[in-house]
Amino acid sequence: MSNEFKESIHKAVNNANLTGALGKFSEAYKVNRAKAYEGIDFEELRGRIAELKSYAASHLDELSELFARNATERGAKVFRTSDPAKVREYILKVAQDNNVKTVVKSKSMATEEIHLNQYLEKAGIIVGETDLGEWIIQLAGQTPSHMVMPAIHMTKEEVSDLFSKEIDERLTSDIPRLVKVARDRLRPSFLQADMGISGGNIAVAETGSIVLMTNEGNARLVTSLPKIHIALVGIEKLIEKYADVATILKALPRSATAQLLTSYVSIITGPTPNPDGSMKDLHIILMDNRRSEMAADPKFKQALQCIRCASCLNVCPVFRLVGGHVFGQVYTGGIGTILTAWFDELKKSEDIQGLCIQCGACKDVCPGKIDIPDLIMEIRRRLVKEQGLPLLQKTIYSVVNNRHLFHGILRAASIAGKPFTSGKFVRHLPMFLADLTDGRSLPAIASEPFRDRFKKIKQPKLMEKAAFYAGCLIDFAYPEMGEALVKVLNKAGIEVVFPQDQTCCGAPARYNGAYEVAAGNAIDNIKALLAEEVKYVISACPTCTVALDHEFISTFESLEQTEWIPKAKELAAKTVDFSTLVKKLVDEGRLSLKDGQKLGKITYHDSCHLKRTLKVSEQPRELLGKAGYEVTEMFECDMCCGMGGSYSMKLPEISGPILKRKLHNIRETGAPLVAMDCPGCVMQIRGGLDQDGADIKVRHTVELLAEQLKD
Amino acid sequence: MYDQFKTRAEGVSAEVHRFDTKNVALDFIHRFLKEEGIADSENAYALWADCPFLEGIDRKALQNETAGLKFEVSRELADKARFGISQMQWALADTGTLAQDSSAIEQRLVSSLPTIHIALVPTSGLLPDMPTLLTKTNPNDCGYLAMITGPSRTADIERVLTIGVHGPDRLIIVFVDELGGAS
Repeated sequence: MSNEFKESIHKAVNNANLTGALGKFSEAYKVNRAKAYEGIDFEELRGRIAELKSYAASHLDELSELFARNATERGAKVFRTSDPAKVREYILKVAQDNNVKTVVKSKSMATEEIHLNQYLEKAGIIVGETDLGEWIIQLAGQTPSHMVMPAIHMTKEEVSDLFSKEIDERLTSDIPRLVKVARDRLRPSFLQADMGISGGNIAVAETGSIVLMTNEGNARLVTSLPKIHIALVGIEKLIEKYADVATILKALPRSATAQLLTSYVSIITGPTPNPDGSMKDLHIILMDNRRSEMAADPKFKQALQCIRCASCLNVCPVFRLVGGHVFGQVYTGGIGTILTAWFDELKKSEDIQGLCIQCGACKDVCPGKIDIPDLIMEIRRRLVKEQGLPLLQKTIYSVVNNRHLFHGILRAASIAGKPFTSGKFVRHLPMFLADLTDGRSLPAIASEPFRDRFKKIKQPKLMEKAAFYAGCLIDFAYPEMGEALVKVLNKAGIEVVFPQDQTCCGAPARYNGAYEVAAGNAIDNIKALLAEEVKYVISACPTCTVALDHEFISTFESLEQTEWIPKAKELAAKTVDFSTLVKKLVDEGRLSLKDGQKLGKITYHDSCHLKRTLKVSEQPRELLGKAGYEVTEMFECDMCCGMGGSYSMKLPEISGPILKRKLHNIRETGAPLVAMDCPGCVMQIRGGLDQDGADIKVRHTVELLAEQLKD
Repeated sequence: MYDQFKTRAEGVSAEVHRFDTKNVALDFIHRFLKEEGIADSENAYALWADCPFLEGIDRKALQNETAGLKFEVSRELADKARFGISQMQWALADTGTLAQDSSAIEQRLVSSLPTIHIALVPTSGLLPDMPTLLTKTNPNDCGYLAMITGPSRTADIERVLTIGVHGPDRLIIVFVDELGGAS
C-alpha cells in the first residue's frame, strides 16, 4: 500500500464531517431502503434485472447496433466509439460547429469518467454542472465522493462559504436558503446555454430511447431549454426492451435513495421541438471504453449488470468511514473499485482493492446481483499474478503452506509470547502477528493446542462420526471451543474425529490474492478430512466453513486445477457449520438443552461469512433462546466487526473504528453477554472490550450451549 | 386506485384534490390562484398550456375574471411565471406519479420552470403502475415521455430533504372525473 494512499485514509477517517455525514446516512439508509422495498420480492426483482442486464452484456454489439438504427431513424445522431478521446473530440466538434459558448450539464458519471469538463473548458467553453451536489463540488474544485450524492462529504457551513463567495453576499448555513440561491443562480445558465449534456440511466435498444432520472428537475431543463442535447451513455446502460425500463426503475430509486421513484423521469426518443419551433439537435454517444472487453471476460461480465444505484457504497462499513475520495476521482466504493480497474487500469485499483474487508454486505443488496466481493478478490488474484506477492507475505505464506513449520512456529509462539501475556491477552505477538495489537488485545497462543488436548478427551465409541475441522484460531488460541464442541456432539451420539494433518484453510492467502497458496492448503485439507469415512465435517469457524464449503472449489476453478474439484465437492457436501448441525440435532430430538433456565439477557453478533455466505442467522438465536437466554438484538447486528482476517493488521485505522461502532452497539443493548459463531469475531470483539474495560463477556455459541446440555 | 395514488403522492409532498365536474375543478383553480395572489406581474402570473380540459371553455372570459392568467406559453414567460397549469394524461397509483406525453415543449415549460405546478388529470387516467404505463405508450409516437412524482427536491446538502430546486416547489394535482369518467 502506497504511503500516499495510507495518508488519504488517515485524512478521511479523521475527518469528522465526512464520517459523521456518511455514518448518519448509512444508518438511516438501511431502515429507509427496507421500507421502500416493502411488499416487493427483492430476490425475484433482482433476478429479473440480472437476467435482462446479463442478456444485454452478452449482446452489446447487437444492441448498440439496434439502438443506433432506431435512434437514427427517429432523427437522433448516434456516435459509437470505444475511445474516450474520440468522445471528447466529437463533443467539442459539435460545440465548435455550432458556436457553443456555454454548456449546462445534468449529472453524468460517464462524463466524469472521460474528464470532459476540463477538456471543454480548456477549449474556452463554459461548462456548468446543474445537479446541486455536482455544482457544489465544481465550485469547490473537488471530485464527487459518492456516485449518487456527490457532495455528501461537505457540511452546510462549507457550502454556505462557497455560495457566499459565488454570489458575493454573506449567507448563513440555512439549507432551504442555500438551495434557493442555487436555483436563482443556475436558472439563467439553463436559459442561456447553447448546449445541454446529460448522461443516460438506461438506453433502450428496440426503441432508441434514453431514460433520465433526477430529483431536482435539472435533466428536464438540460434536455429542454438548449437547442442542442448530447447524451453520453456507456454501453452497459443498454437494455433490449422498452418494457424492461419499468423493471430497472422499480429497483434503481429504491436502492439508490430509498425512494419509490425519483421526482422526474424522462424517456426521450428522437428530437422534439425547441421553444422557437426548430427541432432539437440530439446527439447520442454510445461509449465502450473497455466495456466490451469486460463483457468478454467470463468473471467480470457480471459487473455490467450494475445499474449505478450505489447501494454497495451505502451499506459498506468501510465506505462510511473513508468516503469516496480515497477511492479516486470517478467511481467509488465496491463497484467503483471494479470499474476503476477496468475503465482506468488494473494498476489503479492496486491500493483501493485492499479496502474491501470482504464482509459481503454489498452483495446482499445489489439489485444487479453482482458478487462484488468475489470480483474484488479476482482483482487481487490478477494483481498478484501480474506483480507477485510482497516479500513479507511471500515469507508468511511459504510458512503457512508447510504445516509442520507453521504449527511449529505457533507452538514456539506460545512459549515466546509468555513473558508478554497479561491474563488471557498478549500485547505483542511474535513474527507476522506483530502489528496486530492496535486498539484491541489479542489472545495468547494456547500453551497446549487443541490438537494435543484432543488426544486426552475421553469419548464414548459411537457409530456416527463427524470430523472436526478446527481452523487455526480454535486449534491454537481457543482450544476450549473445540472441547465444548466435542462435548455437544458426544451428547447427541456423535463421535468426533480430529484428523491431525488438517492445516490452515487457506482463507488468509486467498483473501490476499495468493490463490496458489490457498490451493496448496485446500489439497492438504481435502486429503486429511476425507481420509476417514465420516458423516459430517463440522467447523465452528464460519470463515473455515466457507473455505471448505465453497472456496476450495472456486480456488481450483480460478486456477483451472480441475483434478481436485470432484474431491473438493465431496468435502463440501459433508461440510456443515456448528449451529446448523446442532439446530438439526435438537430438532430431531437427539440433543436436549436444560429446561426452564433463566439465563438473562444476551445479544448476538452475526458473523459475515455465517450470515451472508452460509445464510445462517436464525439457528444460533433459536438455540440460545432454547437454552434459556433472552436474546436482545443490537443495532446493525449483522454489520462486520472489522476483523476480516489480516485486514485488521493491514488497515488498523479502518478496522479500529468499525470495531468501535460494534462495541458501542453491543453496549447499548445492556446485555452482559454477547454471543457469536466465529472465533475471529470473538478475538476482535473480546480484544476490543478488554481494552475498553467493559464488563461484557464474549463467548462462542458452542461454549454457551455446552454449558446447558441436559443430562 | 385513487386512494392509493393520493397516499403515495401526498407521501412525496404533492397536494391531491378530486372533483367530479370541470366546472367545480375550474372553481377550485380560480380560488386557488386568487388565494395565492395571482397578478399580472412578474413572478405572480399563471401560464396555462393548451390541453383537452380547455376545450369548450371560454378562455377570454376566464382571463377577464382572473388577471394574470395567460394561455400563450414561451420560455421567457414560463421563466417568470409563478404558476404553470397543464393536463397530465396518466396517474400511477403505486408510486403517486403523473405521466404525460411531453413532446410539445410548452407542456414541459409550464411544468418545470414556474414555482407552482397545477396538474389536471382525468380520473380515468389512473393506472396501477409503470409497467402498465409502458404498455400504453409507444416511443415511436411519443418523443418525450415525462413522469413527475411530487415537487422538485434535493438532499444534496447534508442529506437534508429540501423541496424546490430547479423545478416547482409545489405540485397541486387536480383529478377531474368528468374529463374521462370515474374509474
